[in-house]
Amino acid sequence: MLPNQLTTASFAAYPAEARALAATHLERLQQLPLAFVPLLLRELIVYDYKFPMERRDLDRQLRYLASLDAEAFRQVLAPFAGLRLAADLEKVDWVDNPAVFTEQLSAHLWTTHQIDAFRAAAVDYVAKATAAFPNEPTPTHRLGLAALGQGVKTNDYKLFRKLRPQGTYYTNVRAENGVQTLLQIVAKRAQAHPAPYSHWYIDGGAPLPAPEGLTQVSYGGLSTARAALQSRMQKIYEASVFDPEAFRTTLAQTKPGEIGLNTEQDPALSRYQLSVLTEGSGTQVFATTFVQWAVREALRRAEPLTLFARFAPRQREKQMNELLAETLHKPELDPQGSLVDADMAAYYHWLNQQRLPGAEKSAFLVWFEDHGEAVAIAPGIERGKTSESPVSLAELAGRLV
Amino acid sequence: MFSGHSPELSRAIAASRRNFLRLAAGTAAASTFFGPAALRGMIAPHGHKAVVVTFGGGARDEETFMPDGQENIPHLLGELIPQSTFFSQVINKGILGHYVATASIVTGVYETFNNFAAVSPNNPTVFEYFRKDQKRPATDSWVVAPSNGFARIGESGHKAYGPGMGAGVILPKRLLSAALTSMSDGARYEHLLRDNYETPLHAPTLTGHQIELNQMAEVLKLSVDDFSTHARSLASPDEMSVYVAKHLMQQFAPSLLWVTLHDIDIAHSGTFSLYLNGIRRCDRLCAELWQAIQKNPEYANKTTLFILPDFGRDSDIDSGGNGFQHHRTGDSMSRTTWMMALGPNVKQNVIVDRAVESIDLVPTLGALLGFNARFSPGKPIPEIA
Repeated sequence: MLPNQLTTASFAAYPAEARALAATHLERLQQLPLAFVPLLLRELIVYDYKFPMERRDLDRQLRYLASLDAEAFRQVLAPFAGLRLAADLEKVDWVDNPAVFTEQLSAHLWTTHQIDAFRAAAVDYVAKATAAFPNEPTPTHRLGLAALGQGVKTNDYKLFRKLRPQGTYYTNVRAENGVQTLLQIVAKRAQAHPAPYSHWYIDGGAPLPAPEGLTQVSYGGLSTARAALQSRMQKIYEASVFDPEAFRTTLAQTKPGEIGLNTEQDPALSRYQLSVLTEGSGTQVFATTFVQWAVREALRRAEPLTLFARFAPRQREKQMNELLAETLHKPELDPQGSLVDADMAAYYHWLNQQRLPGAEKSAFLVWFEDHGEAVAIAPGIERGKTSESPVSLAELAGRLV
Repeated sequence: MFSGHSPELSRAIAASRRNFLRLAAGTAAASTFFGPAALRGMIAPHGHKAVVVTFGGGARDEETFMPDGQENIPHLLGELIPQSTFFSQVINKGILGHYVATASIVTGVYETFNNFAAVSPNNPTVFEYFRKDQKRPATDSWVVAPSNGFARIGESGHKAYGPGMGAGVILPKRLLSAALTSMSDGARYEHLLRDNYETPLHAPTLTGHQIELNQMAEVLKLSVDDFSTHARSLASPDEMSVYVAKHLMQQFAPSLLWVTLHDIDIAHSGTFSLYLNGIRRCDRLCAELWQAIQKNPEYANKTTLFILPDFGRDSDIDSGGNGFQHHRTGDSMSRTTWMMALGPNVKQNVIVDRAVESIDLVPTLGALLGFNARFSPGKPIPEIA
């Protein structure tokens, strides 16, 4: 099938809002090149389950495409139209399964050495659409908070090595009830700037009771879903013929309800949780990876104003000789390894926050939980400095709010 | 968000490596006082051998050659690089999947097959070139590979070469799993076959010409019991691979031995600490292998050792990726890697800045070992060949 064959009936299987949007923009969709339209439909087909900021982005793209006159439209899409596609791609049901098409397109572009051209075209297209319809300013600056190192008594690893140059490194932080202090800061910001999915709390262990107005996700809270997903993965793996690409596709097509996620209460959040578990590598097994990827995806997709990430120890990866010696599999935790994981993850948290609009005003605090070390990063805080002066976590965080 | 390969960035990465190495290891830049012609190696003596170590799941400069990463590679920096010619800019322009990329290095041609498929490379492998041109027996070239996915890397599907012309392939994890399964509850050891960190639980169907368990005693002169017992003392599959490689060196002293390590690729799980552990282990194992070469009379003073990652990993800066975890963006960091060569005809303590490609290795080996890599578009590297 080719894009010019699309009709409103083509979108009959789409959820209601996505179907309506497709009908509104049908004429433009028909004019898009095959290397482009399934990528757009991949976003459109889940429009009903998207976070508000994701909807804004897709709406912007559709508005942008609609705003172009014929020549501008041709020029903007020319890099995509110029890609050489395999004839087989036309046979993929890219309307109802755009993700399948995208996977095959990606493999084809790599194989034919066109991936760089595609990536350059995508960058240019997104930049033009954003420039044409810029974002509204955020109601306040963004704040990222991270607590890491649960269960670590002593540490020899040089913490915050990548974040210290960006702000001030504090070595004498007093932090009674530190986690509660940080949660209260998130709650206050949620009260001051209430908006759906704008204030998040992500925990790598069992979640603490979260104040109202926060979007909460936790590794512990998803244990049932993780177990159900691992069971499905194992069954696919044990099939007589194993196809890793089909494996990925099957994971991508898993429905939230199929692994016990509540789809009634908050469809957007349950879809997000599902994507973290099915699209993130290692998120099903390692709590530190779960938090890192959940933070990345929350920032990328929901663009929150506040995000508090609390890392918890992941399970210990046993060495080969230990695995061979064991008669029973006894899960153990690895607090020290988790600290190193989380240290890098906190850096990625800050990096991903800085990719969002308003980065120049953003603030970030990372704290070695129940220890005296922290790094604060904000426009008014000196970069590359170490402070040995006593300071409370509440006071430090208060400077960033 | 998306940025393709940039020659300028690759040069900057290479310059950064060079500057750091100068400080860390006191290494001189070849381009400063030698031209490539002056560095051209001597004609390889008859009986010259080559050992190639590639590691799947490349390590980034941040965790290796940059100041913060120095602690992870003490053996490379302190022992090997001072004895080597170090190529600071090795570009991989192919598909960044471990099997297809390693196959590309092995053939000297950017292969384009499905990375996850159990297929032979389309172009002749280095082993086929070597054996055919030099009329060498099957026991003179071996591959030790980490995973089932590499079962067919020993020989190509090329009509002029192909079946019977390639290298013996040993998959130590496969052997161990088979050994343990034959001795007790095999289900307990399924995790040993986890061999592709990009796709958890992936163990592709095995269709190659690898050595099976019942051949091990005959081929390696190693009993199943001894092999299993020794494996129980090892920390990782890469340690097992190096153990098997050393055993091959003692049994057959092959002229061409190719070892691929894979522990570093645990990075795909997103656990930074385990990724660092993999780098440290690889660093140690490379040094152990070089020491084994020096101690073995069949190898000492007539062996060139090549060490190179198959490709890099994504940078932290490219938002299309997730930093160290993957190699999906195709950015310059993930395409620009390095290579070191050590041996009797290789200049020591030298850095070469100019760009070479990973497909240049096979023609270079051809110049060293006396075969013609006639289907490879790569070029012999004059500083070695």
